[in-house]
Amino acid sequence: MAETSIQPPAASSTSGGTLRTIRAGLARRHARERRFRAYGIAAICAALSAVVILFGMILVKGVPAFTQATLRLEVFFDPEIIDVEPKPVQAAGQSTADFRREMLDWQRQVTLVNWNRIIEAALRRAAPDMEFDARQGLSIVETSERFVLRDRFVGDPDLLGKTIKLDLLASANADNWLKGNIDRSLPDAQQQLSAPARALADHLEETGLIRQAFAWHIFTNVDSRSAPASAGLAGAFVGSLYMMLVVLVLAVPLGVGSAIYLEEFAPKNRFTDLIEVNINNLAAVPSIVFGLLGAAVFINYFRLPLSAPIVGGLVLTLMTLPTIIIATRSSLRAVPPSLRQAALGLGASRMQTVFHHVLPVTYPGILTATIIGVAQALGETAPLLLIGMNAFVAAVPATPLDQSTALPVQIYLWQGNENRNFFEARTSAAIMVLLGLMIALNALAIFLRARLERRG
Amino acid sequence: MNSFSIAATTAAIAVAASLGSAAAQSRDTIQIAGSSTVLPFASIVAEEFGQAFPEFKAPVVGSGGSSGGLRQFCQGVGENTVDIANASRRIRTGEIEACNAAGVSQILEIQIGYDGIVFATSADKGDFALEPVHVFKAIAAQVPVDGEMVDNPYTSWSEIDPSLPDQPISLAIPASNHGTREVFEERVINPGCEAAGLPEMEEEAREEACLALRQDVVVEIAGDYTETLARLQSNPDTVGVFGLSFYDQNRDTLKVATVSGISPSLETIASGEYPVSRPLFFYVKGEHIGSVPGIEEYVEFFMSDQMAGAGGALETAGLIPQPAEDSEEVLTNFRERKALTAADVKG
Repeated sequence: MAETSIQPPAASSTSGGTLRTIRAGLARRHARERRFRAYGIAAICAALSAVVILFGMILVKGVPAFTQATLRLEVFFDPEIIDVEPKPVQAAGQSTADFRREMLDWQRQVTLVNWNRIIEAALRRAAPDMEFDARQGLSIVETSERFVLRDRFVGDPDLLGKTIKLDLLASANADNWLKGNIDRSLPDAQQQLSAPARALADHLEETGLIRQAFAWHIFTNVDSRSAPASAGLAGAFVGSLYMMLVVLVLAVPLGVGSAIYLEEFAPKNRFTDLIEVNINNLAAVPSIVFGLLGAAVFINYFRLPLSAPIVGGLVLTLMTLPTIIIATRSSLRAVPPSLRQAALGLGASRMQTVFHHVLPVTYPGILTATIIGVAQALGETAPLLLIGMNAFVAAVPATPLDQSTALPVQIYLWQGNENRNFFEARTSAAIMVLLGLMIALNALAIFLRARLERRG
Repeated sequence: MNSFSIAATTAAIAVAASLGSAAAQSRDTIQIAGSSTVLPFASIVAEEFGQAFPEFKAPVVGSGGSSGGLRQFCQGVGENTVDIANASRRIRTGEIEACNAAGVSQILEIQIGYDGIVFATSADKGDFALEPVHVFKAIAAQVPVDGEMVDNPYTSWSEIDPSLPDQPISLAIPASNHGTREVFEERVINPGCEAAGLPEMEEEAREEACLALRQDVVVEIAGDYTETLARLQSNPDTVGVFGLSFYDQNRDTLKVATVSGISPSLETIASGEYPVSRPLFFYVKGEHIGSVPGIEEYVEFFMSDQMAGAGGALETAGLIPQPAEDSEEVLTNFRERKALTAADVKG
């Protein structure tokens, strides 16, 4: 290349002319380079600003959802309202089954107590001068909070007749009103809360009884439809966790194993070429196809339960396998042949060569591929919709066989919730949690890679 | 290196074992699927049910539309088929036959109440006082002009009727996977078509002419109402078709149209004055009662006063309660396990 562009200095009469041509072209060539650099910078700026706008919008919408209007009320466990028998104690000689039945009866009694009246009484004590009826007052407290009181009482029946300070969630509509998500100037007919309820919420905020507290329950509660303000990600998070475990347990050994066989042991012929082409094709198959396959094979044929993380994990395994195989093969290929030859020359078997010498060098590559594959699987939504993981589940799955949702599906579900004013923010908050997880996974990949490479 | 392969093998065995046990383990959670209109109500009941009955797990409520839910319901009897299908329309004869063919013969019908279908525009737009015939003229592919069927000439609502706002015609309606579409055709398009006075033609041709929609101004929404709302936000001239409960939750951004002079509300729909309403149902698989715990209790709890009754939790969420006698009758039929047959839904 160098020879063609620079004329040999062995000067002839034309040397002055060549020099002039070069000088004349120089400015144009420099300009061309500057232009190219400018294009590059512009492209990066465009891409970066798209990312900044996207993240900025999610942050602006999502951050407010992490704080939530919370009431601090003095709750009096009124013995007149809580008219139940004392909590049963297992008597000597009583069988466990009998005791459990008695306990269940007692719990049913406690559930039937009108806890809303206790909340209403607490509201009236907190704002004695405000006028509101029971329905209006209760509309600013989330409906799930009566169960919070119940659970408190079940855990500690000695509370009967005592007054304690409790933090109760304000309802989604009250939260919208206080945060200004709903235009405050709209007439009554367009407001979710009645005028007395809005006045009560404002009054309680002024007196400091309602404040914006950090919404820990987003991480600890399960999804909720009857009490939107208490909806959280715990169920979806555990569901995603189980799926990722299934993916790790299945995809890594299968993927690494097949890559090692294909790269180190398999003969090179038409058949293995065909396999290689198909693996590459498999990596390009849209994820929804895997979902259809999963529904047909795992649910209809193998009769695995609907909406279960195990099925989701199996489907995502299929999706992640090609990624891991391809990445592992290319890192195996990158190992210098001298390593293998040296090992073989010292009398190691092929198996020993691969497992003692070649594979350890590829750990960083395999690890990165695995984490990237898992991160991709974590964000996958489409195939999960087809195996019923978009169901409403009000519990944290105890095993991978229990029904559950997953983080990206939860985002999809919240996005479709009819209480737009409230769930717009909640959706963005869920996106932030998912993105946070992804970034953490990628950071882990980079960290482990750096560590392993230094050691290797 | 050995430890790696041992770990991998153990893990693989563990997964294989759990797969094997999955088939054998019996399900203890009620599985529900179906209509996205019924879903919010069913989810609320499921949640409260889990709280009120400590011995049962909260049922799992999936979506998939009325037709999708009933298809899953009719796949057969067993662990991995759903126990209950939610529907925003009545089950069809063909679906009952499919159910029976797959071994599901105990189809127990529960009518839970009513839902209104409303036309809504962005809150800052003009008032609409719609008649079914206006809607028909706005979206039909061909309309009668002087006794002849011609391609729909209308571009603005005020051209159809001077009382309507001068606003370009654009309508977002539910696609045919929604039960809502059927009610929309039955209660709005067909009466509108009738009122428009089509020229003499054969029964089949008339039906076809009534239901043929022009594609340029009609957007069919296959997703949920949030998608319809997004459509309204991107094109503020759009008139959207929503469920009453969705409108109720988004009153700050939506304005509702009257139909035949009646404004939709809990009262006008419950009394039957507002014309575009429909009953909501769920169907219980009788064969699963007893093998999946809690189904009977769920049904009784759903129909109790604190849930589907007047003043219950579902009314707050937008369900229009049915008269107490109707609920009582539904429950009596359920307790007697009166299964639905294909003959019941004909006609």
